[in-house]
Amino acid sequence: MSQRPPLRLHVPEPSGRPGHETDFSYLHLSEAGAVRRPPVDTSHFDTQDLAYDLIRVLDAEGNAVGPWVPEVSPDQLCRGLRAMMKTRIFDARMLVAQRQKKISFYMQCLGEEAIAVAQAQALEPGDMCFPTYRQQGLLLARDDIPLAELMCQLMSNERDPLKGRQLPVMYSYKRAGFFTISGNLATQFIQAVGWAMASAIKGDTRIASGWIGDGATAEADFHTALTFAHVYRAPVILNVVNNQWAISTFQAIAGGESTTFAARGVGCGIASLRVDGNDFLAVLAASRWAAERARSNLGPTLVEWVTYRAGAHSTSDDPSKYRPADDWQRFPLGDPVLRLKQHLVNLGAWSEDEHRQAQAELEAEVAEAQKEAESHGTLLDGHIPDPATMFQDVYAEMPAHLREQLRQLEA
Amino acid sequence: MLARTKQASDDASAGERRPMTMIQALRSALDVTMGRDDNVVVFGQDVGYFGGVFRVTEGLQAKYGPSRCFDAPINEGGIVGVAVGMAAYGLRPVAEIQFADYFYPASDQIVSEAARLRYRSAGDFTCPLTLRMPCGGGIYGGQTHSQSPEALFTHVCGLRTVMPANPYDAKGLLISAIECDDPVIFLEPKRLYNGPFDGHHDRPVVPWSKHELGNVPEGYYCVPLESASVFRAGTQVTVLAYGTMVWVSQAAAEESGIDAEIIDLRSLWPMDLETVVASVKKTGRCVIVHEATRTSGFGAELSALVQEHCFWHLESPIERVAGWDTPYPHATEWAYFPGPERVAAALMRAMET
Repeated sequence: MSQRPPLRLHVPEPSGRPGHETDFSYLHLSEAGAVRRPPVDTSHFDTQDLAYDLIRVLDAEGNAVGPWVPEVSPDQLCRGLRAMMKTRIFDARMLVAQRQKKISFYMQCLGEEAIAVAQAQALEPGDMCFPTYRQQGLLLARDDIPLAELMCQLMSNERDPLKGRQLPVMYSYKRAGFFTISGNLATQFIQAVGWAMASAIKGDTRIASGWIGDGATAEADFHTALTFAHVYRAPVILNVVNNQWAISTFQAIAGGESTTFAARGVGCGIASLRVDGNDFLAVLAASRWAAERARSNLGPTLVEWVTYRAGAHSTSDDPSKYRPADDWQRFPLGDPVLRLKQHLVNLGAWSEDEHRQAQAELEAEVAEAQKEAESHGTLLDGHIPDPATMFQDVYAEMPAHLREQLRQLEA
Repeated sequence: MLARTKQASDDASAGERRPMTMIQALRSALDVTMGRDDNVVVFGQDVGYFGGVFRVTEGLQAKYGPSRCFDAPINEGGIVGVAVGMAAYGLRPVAEIQFADYFYPASDQIVSEAARLRYRSAGDFTCPLTLRMPCGGGIYGGQTHSQSPEALFTHVCGLRTVMPANPYDAKGLLISAIECDDPVIFLEPKRLYNGPFDGHHDRPVVPWSKHELGNVPEGYYCVPLESASVFRAGTQVTVLAYGTMVWVSQAAAEESGIDAEIIDLRSLWPMDLETVVASVKKTGRCVIVHEATRTSGFGAELSALVQEHCFWHLESPIERVAGWDTPYPHATEWAYFPGPERVAAALMRAMET
């Protein structure tokens, strides 16, 4: 007979729950400027430490320090700040619109704005992002996507470019390098690799950027994408947005306990970085590093962006049931908007007055767009797409059985 | 309007005919399309240097280079997932799943992604991919190398599901599938790869080189999708079949002396309902034959369609002949396989009333 104690199943738990605060020491933060920056043609082996450390540029005072400080003009940073502010204002208004039942459902990206907005600045026209539902910043960072058009999708109205077929937020913008969002998790991560392989097969110069959350890395698709990306040295950036929470499950349930998601990449032979996702300059620098590798035939890069999902998972979720109410205020990487703002103020490129003015202008712009979108209808007022359109686009040409079913619908 | 019969397909300029097995015909289809369109890429497990476990892709890597024809990791979800990404880029990927029995890990990429890309993006993105997979039993493959999962695909809106029954159709249908802007599931009855197998496993198989439908043009031609062919004209009863069962049904008709009209569906869904309805209205009787398991098989859909469209023309109940509702057995596969005796018995029952 064994003298050993009985075996015990380990079920990870977050340190914080409603009523007692989170111990964020599990994040293992590095000091700003402390992590080295290897050349882009480094090997995956040489990034082992970078997959466990945390690349940061902005220090606590808002100054840019260390080897990862990107070359970037204050003008570009101001555009980034405005895009983050616009994203936050857009989200806030659409949350209200959902509560007013003008929208069936909404997902905000509060607290994570820097990741999508800064990466958008590191990509080039023709590149393709394969986003999740929390990268609206990729679209809101651009000037060529009308806000009202996005809202028409959210309101599922007669001008919804997706003809009322998709849940709100599941945008599709090929012209803006934004792949149609599935709603099934992780599937797009493999597709990003395939798209990048296609660019390489054709001898083009375009790269792909795949996106996934910490929770969905547990899907086989994540590991599959890493295998294919490594095998074919695909020109792709593999972004893992670790916002600590997948609906109510803490990132440890996805396998993040005592390790990092970036470390998964090194094991697959992929150069991997772990980066402060709330640090606009660090996101820009790491995204450029990964994009440069992809564009130089050096293959994929996996980047884990450490951030915090400040809002609910969706409008159908209530995080007060499973995590401390003040978690985001206590999150050690802070608010990406405030951090970039402070940096720009330090540079003398931004001021409190300009910030207030920008806030007012952007609020007016978003409100104006909402007015225009609502003039085309909302889910509430019944100005939804013609039901007959549901039979379109199932196939390139409508087959006989769908023509017959359309006839039955209209009879 | 799509052409309705094999005879209507345009092969006048398709070059010299020569005897081909179904494997050679499929290879010729890949070769012809790869030669015509740089966007056609071929990949899957063992398909590159080696040329595939059934040899369909033999020589293509040497001819077109490793970026047009290459090996993939043993990961069906990955094979289909990257194919979806490639198709979204603008390529026309032709991916091979080594056996249809192995497609299950790719279900999410097929059902939720490939089939719905066009719909969910309102045409912003499309997915012109072809997924080839050998199916069917009769090779002592056991329960993991013998399945016929076509009904799992025909149930999915946005997919096209195709199954040829001879080398001529295999080549023409594969070219149509690759050129189609929809995702196509291309099921290859592996028991027909080398000859028109009629279910008599104890007799030698006639090679395709001795059969008219094994005489295949070397160049480009299409057999249109959504087009069935009247494989054997007859007057007494209509048999709806596809793949290997077309040949089994022919043997059953000849051995039973019943003048059956055998429709080879070729495209399972979307399908050529017109040809089916015209035949059943003519004969007044219908037997549906497939190798896949019976319950919720594609035969159930066919039976419902015939009932809806031909009820007042039917002289007798619709008969179904299918694999038993068990996994495909290894040692006893010939007791499982719906051979000519079972089909003949169904023909007799259909003629009784």
